[in-house]
Amino acid sequence: VPGTLARVLDRLRWAREGDGRRRSAGRVPAALPTGQLVPAVPRDGGAIDLSVDGVLVEAFAGESVLAAVLRHRRALRRCEFDGAPRAGFCLMGACQDCWVWVGDDRRVRACTTLATDGMAVRTGLSGEGPPIG
Amino acid sequence: LASLVVVGAGPAGLRAAAAVVAAGLRPVLVDEGRQVGGQGYRAPSPGLALDMRALMGSEVGKYQRIHALFARIRDQIDYRPETLVWAVQEGVLHVASDGRTGTIPYDALLLATGARDRVVPLPGWTLPGVFSLGGAQVVLKDQGCFIGRRVVFLGSSPLLALVARQYHQLGADVAAVLDTTPLAAKLSAWRDLLASPRTLARGLADRARLGGAGAMMLDGVRPLAIGGTDRVESVRFIHGGAEKAVSCDAVGLGYGLASETQLAELAGARFHFDPVFRQWLPQIDRDGRAGPGLYLAGDGAAIGGADTAEASGALAALTVLADLGRACPERDRARLRRQVERLRRFQSGLARAFAWPAGQAAALSDDTLVCRCEAVMAGEIRAALAAPLGPREINRVKAITRCGMGRCQGRFCAPALQEIVAAATGRPVAEVGRLRGQAPVKPVPLDLGVDA
Repeated sequence: VPGTLARVLDRLRWAREGDGRRRSAGRVPAALPTGQLVPAVPRDGGAIDLSVDGVLVEAFAGESVLAAVLRHRRALRRCEFDGAPRAGFCLMGACQDCWVWVGDDRRVRACTTLATDGMAVRTGLSGEGPPIG
Repeated sequence: LASLVVVGAGPAGLRAAAAVVAAGLRPVLVDEGRQVGGQGYRAPSPGLALDMRALMGSEVGKYQRIHALFARIRDQIDYRPETLVWAVQEGVLHVASDGRTGTIPYDALLLATGARDRVVPLPGWTLPGVFSLGGAQVVLKDQGCFIGRRVVFLGSSPLLALVARQYHQLGADVAAVLDTTPLAAKLSAWRDLLASPRTLARGLADRARLGGAGAMMLDGVRPLAIGGTDRVESVRFIHGGAEKAVSCDAVGLGYGLASETQLAELAGARFHFDPVFRQWLPQIDRDGRAGPGLYLAGDGAAIGGADTAEASGALAALTVLADLGRACPERDRARLRRQVERLRRFQSGLARAFAWPAGQAAALSDDTLVCRCEAVMAGEIRAALAAPLGPREINRVKAITRCGMGRCQGRFCAPALQEIVAAATGRPVAEVGRLRGQAPVKPVPLDLGVDA
C-alpha cells in the first residue's frame, strides 16, 4: 500500500510539473540525445562490445541490433531510390526496412537480430555504401 | 502416426499445440520469434527490468497463463523457435533457421500466423521516428524502449489508446492521440461492442486515463503530413475545420491490423473479400477448416484479437483431431464455437468504430509515397492507370509501377494501393483484385545451407 501511494503521489507530481521533473526523479533513465529510441526502464544484462560504423557504443546482452543502434543513432539505412534516411518501421520483421550489415558482410534485419558481443554493425549511413556481391 | 504442424507461437498457436498435446500427440510448433507469445503477449528480452504487470494491466493474467501454458507443454512438443517458414508445397514446409534451410512434412497444417499493422500512408511517413503502432508496443515490451521522447499516436484503432496508456504509464510524454474516425461512428457501433463488455470497458478506461493526464485526444481527425527533414518534428492535421500541428519526435501509426495470409495462400486457401474489414481473407468454415489438411486460427484467419485467437486456436486443433478420427468431445467444440462467434461480433463492431478510412487512402496526394520498399508515389500509380491500355487489375498495376513488388511483398502498401486503384478506375474495391503472395514469403539469403 505505501508503495502504491508513493507511485500515485509521484504521478500526480509529474503530471503537474511536467517532463523535466520526471527525468530528474530518475523515472526515465537519461538517454543520449542523439538516439531515436529512449530506454523506458534500465537493463541489467551484461554490457557487450558493439561497434556502429566503427565507433564503440554502449550496448547490452538481450538487445536487438535495431534497439542498440537506434538508442545512439537516428537512422539505420538509406532508401535506395531517394537516398533518404530510414530507421525501420514495423519493428516486428515484416517491413524489411531495417536492414544493416554485420560482421563479414552479412545482411540482417536489425529488429529481429540480437546484438552480440564483438559485433560490428555497418549502417547504410556510414558513407561506405553496401558491400558488393 | 499423423504429423501435425502448428505455425506461430502466439495465443492461437499455443492453445492449438496444447489441445493437441492433451490428446496425446506431439505436434511440431514452428515460430519465427525468439520467444513465444506472438506480438501481443511478447515477453521482455532477458535482462530487462520491465514491470509486465503494470504494462499489461487487466490482461496480465492472460499473458501469464499463456506463458505458463507453454512452460507446461514445452517438453511434449517439437518446438522450433527462430524458424521462418518461407514456402509451402505439396504437404511440405520449407523452413530457414540459423542460416540453414530444411523441410518439415505434414499431414495436417494449422496456421496461426497473426497479423501486422495496416496503415494509410501520408507525406512524411518514411521519416526516421515514424513506426507502426504495433511496433511501438513491441519495442517497449521486447526491448524496454519508447519510440521517441514525445510521441503522437495516429490512425484509427482501439490500440491507439491502449499503447498510449502503456507509454504514459511507463513515463513517456504522449503528445497526442489522433483518431481519424469521428466519435459518432464509434457510438453507432455500440450494439456489437457490447458483445464483449469487459474489453469495451477497458478501452474506455484507457481513454479516460489519458484524457485525465492531459494528453490531447481527438476523434475525427484528417491527417495532412508528418513534418521534418531527416527526422520527425511534427504532425499536421485538420480537426474541427481548422488546421493544427503538434510537435513531436516520434509517431506510432496504425489503422487496425491486416492478417498475415501468405502461407495460407501457398498452402491452398481460397480468398474472399470481407467488406467490414475491407480486406481479403482466407475462406474458413466455422471450425477453422480452409482446405484438405489445412486449418487456420487467430488473427491470421481474421482479425479478432488475443481472446479470439486463444478460442479459435483451441477450436481448430480439436477440429484437426476430430478429422484425424480422434475422439473429441462435441460439447467442447460447441462451446468454443459460440465463444469465437461472440468475439468476432465484437471485432466487427470495432472495425466500424475504428473504420479503415478508405476515402483518405483513395485521395492521397500525388506526391505521397505509397510503397516504401520501391519508393512509388501515388501519382505514379494514377499515371499508370490513366495511360492508354493501362492496367486495371491490381497485380498488373504492381507489375507496371513496382508498387507492392518490394521486399515486404506489399504487406504495407497493398491496403492503400487497392483503394487508389478502385477510386481511379471507378470500381468497387472488391473488383480490383488481390495482390498474390509468392514464395519466399520473406527474403531469405541465397547462400542458405541445406539440411538433409
